[in-house]
Amino acid sequence: MKKKKRWVGMIVMALTILFFYLPIIFMIAFSFNESKSLTHFDGFSLKWYKKMFNDSAMMESLYTTILVAVIATVVSTVVGTISAIGLSKSKKVVREAVTQLNDFPIMNPEIVTAIGLMLFFITLGIERGLMTMILAHIAFCIPYVILSVMPKIRSLDPNIAEAAMDLGATPWQALTKVIVPQIKVGILSGALIAFTMSFDDFIISYFVTGRGVKNLSIMVYTMSKRVNPSINAISTLVVVSITIGLIVVNVIPIIKEKKLRKKALEGQI
Amino acid sequence: MKKFSHLAIPYIVWSLIMLLLPMLLLVLYAFTETGNDIVTFSFTLKYFKKFFTDPDFLLVLWRSLKIAFKTTVICIFLAYPVAYFIANSSDKLRNILVLAITLPMWINMLVRTYAWIGLLSDGGILQRLLEMLGFGTHKLLYTEGAVLLGMVYNFIPFMILQINTSLCKMDKSLKEASFDLGANRVQTFFKVTLPLSLPGVVSGISLVFLPAVSSFFIPKLLGGGQYFLIGNIIENQFITVGEWNFGSAISMIMAVIMMCSMYLVRRIEDRVSGNKKEETARK
Repeated sequence: MKKKKRWVGMIVMALTILFFYLPIIFMIAFSFNESKSLTHFDGFSLKWYKKMFNDSAMMESLYTTILVAVIATVVSTVVGTISAIGLSKSKKVVREAVTQLNDFPIMNPEIVTAIGLMLFFITLGIERGLMTMILAHIAFCIPYVILSVMPKIRSLDPNIAEAAMDLGATPWQALTKVIVPQIKVGILSGALIAFTMSFDDFIISYFVTGRGVKNLSIMVYTMSKRVNPSINAISTLVVVSITIGLIVVNVIPIIKEKKLRKKALEGQI
Repeated sequence: MKKFSHLAIPYIVWSLIMLLLPMLLLVLYAFTETGNDIVTFSFTLKYFKKFFTDPDFLLVLWRSLKIAFKTTVICIFLAYPVAYFIANSSDKLRNILVLAITLPMWINMLVRTYAWIGLLSDGGILQRLLEMLGFGTHKLLYTEGAVLLGMVYNFIPFMILQINTSLCKMDKSLKEASFDLGANRVQTFFKVTLPLSLPGVVSGISLVFLPAVSSFFIPKLLGGGQYFLIGNIIENQFITVGEWNFGSAISMIMAVIMMCSMYLVRRIEDRVSGNKKEETARK
């Protein structure tokens, strides 16, 4: 009975994985298509990749996406971590009020956040472009960083920073040498979330951008009406780099652990 | 220790400006006439009236809620068995499967949705496959079904991960206890496992329903512009028509509807899990 159930589960699981990866595999395959067709494969060619690298608008959108994501991640991680530490020591009323505000971009539909920010920039007379995109990304990334750092700070012993300062550390030293190392995991996962959110964002970027500044998502959106296999090529490039990145991130700890274990074993001998 | 509390001050100021003020502006625009500025504006309800008296807009709203509801229901029924399988796998397999589910989520939603265009288009693989299986030739792209498929595809990973998390958190000994007390597999599932995994289903619902209602690029890419949802109307008001006040009013209506539906879902969940707690307490 149990074995049979497992067997059914296996099939369901395999179909799910197929469903998830079918479009991605399809996209990768057709990025090497000789013709423009999205339905017939007419032989292998790299011409869409060549076209992509020669398409300055496409390369620029890739550059914009990476630039915005890196700046937004760095700023929101630093500010988010500092603010989370500050908030954890603030009065309860303040902390709860800020938590409520932070929930706005997380709980609201993205389009509502996007329109709010767009109206904000227009009302203040700020010209929309790269700068507004970066500001908006920082605005919606910080809440996620705080959300992932806060629980780690909460589980810290509140006395250790004081102990450090009693032992002669300056508040800055207590912060960087005692608190930050202990919440490192939270900070890293916050940074990772921020980077993904920013890198993948379409809706907010679409509304707050201007002057022809486009990220990858906006590029795909505006080009989707015409068949353009270069989109497949650039998407494949992104997919492959993300996969490699993820594999590296996931494999390095395993290798490290194995090495450590080996060392421990050698030590025992 | 209080020394650190001033570290939060810059962010408090920032969040008031960048998070609160935009929302206030949205409300302000929704309730005021076109052509005003921050100094002079006149109050009006005409944009709300315009929305609620126009059967076309109401139809679009109804259609958005309907398709989001369908998406959510399909996601629950497809995601639950998958999450159940993952949760009951060995640690190693579970990690691999969770990674396999998460990996596509790292790829841009637009790119993944765009990939479906080729698969669904006329003469594409899926159409030919259906033909071969004897279902006849059907138009797949630019239909409601394509939009529904796109939504399920984009949002189901959230549901799987949420349910999987709540199933993994479950105390395994509860299941054993249920077996020991004479319950069979089906009884144990409906009386123990399912109620305990409901919190995961509920948070999954909010992660699927909310983005599905407001989604506008999935209907545009896969629905081909004939299939309008509320998100498309909002987009049009801002990008092509330039009626910001009306667009703000629609956004506000949508945000309020979502808040209400989320509140409702939470209440139902509280009631379900609250009842269970009471029951166990009484026993």
